[in-house]
Amino acid sequence: MRNPAAEIHCIVIGVSAGGFEALNLLITQLPEKFNYPIAIVQHRSADNDGYLTQHLNINSQINVKDVVDKEPICPGIVYIAPADYHLLIERGAYFSLSRDDKVNYSRPSIDVLFESAADVYRQACLGIILTGKNADGAMGLAKVTATGGTAIVEDPETAKESAMPNAAINKVPSATVLELSDIGRYLMSLQQSEK
Amino acid sequence: MELTEIADIEIDTLLDAIRRRYDYDFSNYARSSLKRRINGLLVKEKLDMPYQLIPRILYDEEVFNRFLSELSVTVTEMYREPEFFLNLVESIFPVLNTYQYFKIWHAGCATGEEAYSLAVLLKEAGLLNRAKIYATDYNNKSIDIAKQGIYSAENIEQSSKGYLKAGGKQRFSDHYSVHYEAIQFDDELKNAITFAYHNLVKDGVFGEMNLIICRNVFIYFDKDLQNHVLNLFNESAISKGFLCLGNKETIRFSILKDKFMTLSESNSIYRKKQ
Repeated sequence: MRNPAAEIHCIVIGVSAGGFEALNLLITQLPEKFNYPIAIVQHRSADNDGYLTQHLNINSQINVKDVVDKEPICPGIVYIAPADYHLLIERGAYFSLSRDDKVNYSRPSIDVLFESAADVYRQACLGIILTGKNADGAMGLAKVTATGGTAIVEDPETAKESAMPNAAINKVPSATVLELSDIGRYLMSLQQSEK
Repeated sequence: MELTEIADIEIDTLLDAIRRRYDYDFSNYARSSLKRRINGLLVKEKLDMPYQLIPRILYDEEVFNRFLSELSVTVTEMYREPEFFLNLVESIFPVLNTYQYFKIWHAGCATGEEAYSLAVLLKEAGLLNRAKIYATDYNNKSIDIAKQGIYSAENIEQSSKGYLKAGGKQRFSDHYSVHYEAIQFDDELKNAITFAYHNLVKDGVFGEMNLIICRNVFIYFDKDLQNHVLNLFNESAISKGFLCLGNKETIRFSILKDKFMTLSESNSIYRKKQ
């Protein structure tokens, strides 16, 4: 894997079944002043009340929030796609939401976030696929690498659910495969190598 | 130049062609979701690239109509986000009740589900005969559906649950008749709503409104267009008039945010200051 810390402007994470534990491990270890924005699609039901966001925000040093439409993208904040909306990134460093049809039976969909992130950030985009039971995110991750960005996939051997990592690896064989704890270390190394 | 930049030129050129040929301006729509919708149309038209749409749209109005449908169709249902409607009933209806006569503008009503949802609640509050509801959209096909007041009965159970959570006092079924697989809203509700064409991008002020509801429309606009439409709403509302946006939409990032005070952050309910 390249070490493109200085080039990365945005980190996008896609996660489905098993995501609560995975995100809990990954996000709670990040420092308050993390140098990058992180946008996350965690599949959840339409009437989800945002417990995940509250839980992560309370237990993390870094600020975690559900996105509202046209919210600016700032470093050091973890943005979570609200239930029943697609999350997209727009040129000019802000988010937009959409209520368009489900993609891969999902709204929010990981592909939708990743494809828009790749479009805007190109080689400065880091895409990470974590545990999950479906194939959402594989196409999006392919777009991230096609536009010169970096792809990381959680090791299916140790992920809580292997289907989503496997689908991503099949679609993007060049992706770096790491155990969850190593993904955490990698994120921390980005923080250090930038200085 | 990178491929994604070239793709942007394609989209700009397509939008320019549409603007000059049909007088519909999509250039200030939120670009990422606009691109997804254009890609959706490309698949349906069996085309590969946005530029291939240009001659088809220029010379075939039917293709443009399909483009318009692809862009304007929104997922809408009755009592979506019922907590918003409950907030409306509890906080805004009492204020409307102080007027002998009041006007409501439901902007971007799509096929009308939310307009009827609102009319039902107004009726139960005894306010419907004093209300004039204007429900507008820029898609004439949607307006035609809305005028009929006939909807599939498929989701009626979900709607009934929403109705109760929204503060409905009777049974939802008191307000419509069932015909086979469809429901038809009562004439009293239909007659209280004027469905009309209005394009928020280019049409003007819709005057003297006590309440303006525009939900899940702003998400499809960029910040400039949001400002433009907020200005339109500000000029269309009476002093101390109410403005309701979708639950995940906010005026917080707009240059017009100081024109309104926030009554509910979570339900995006605002009130014009003066």
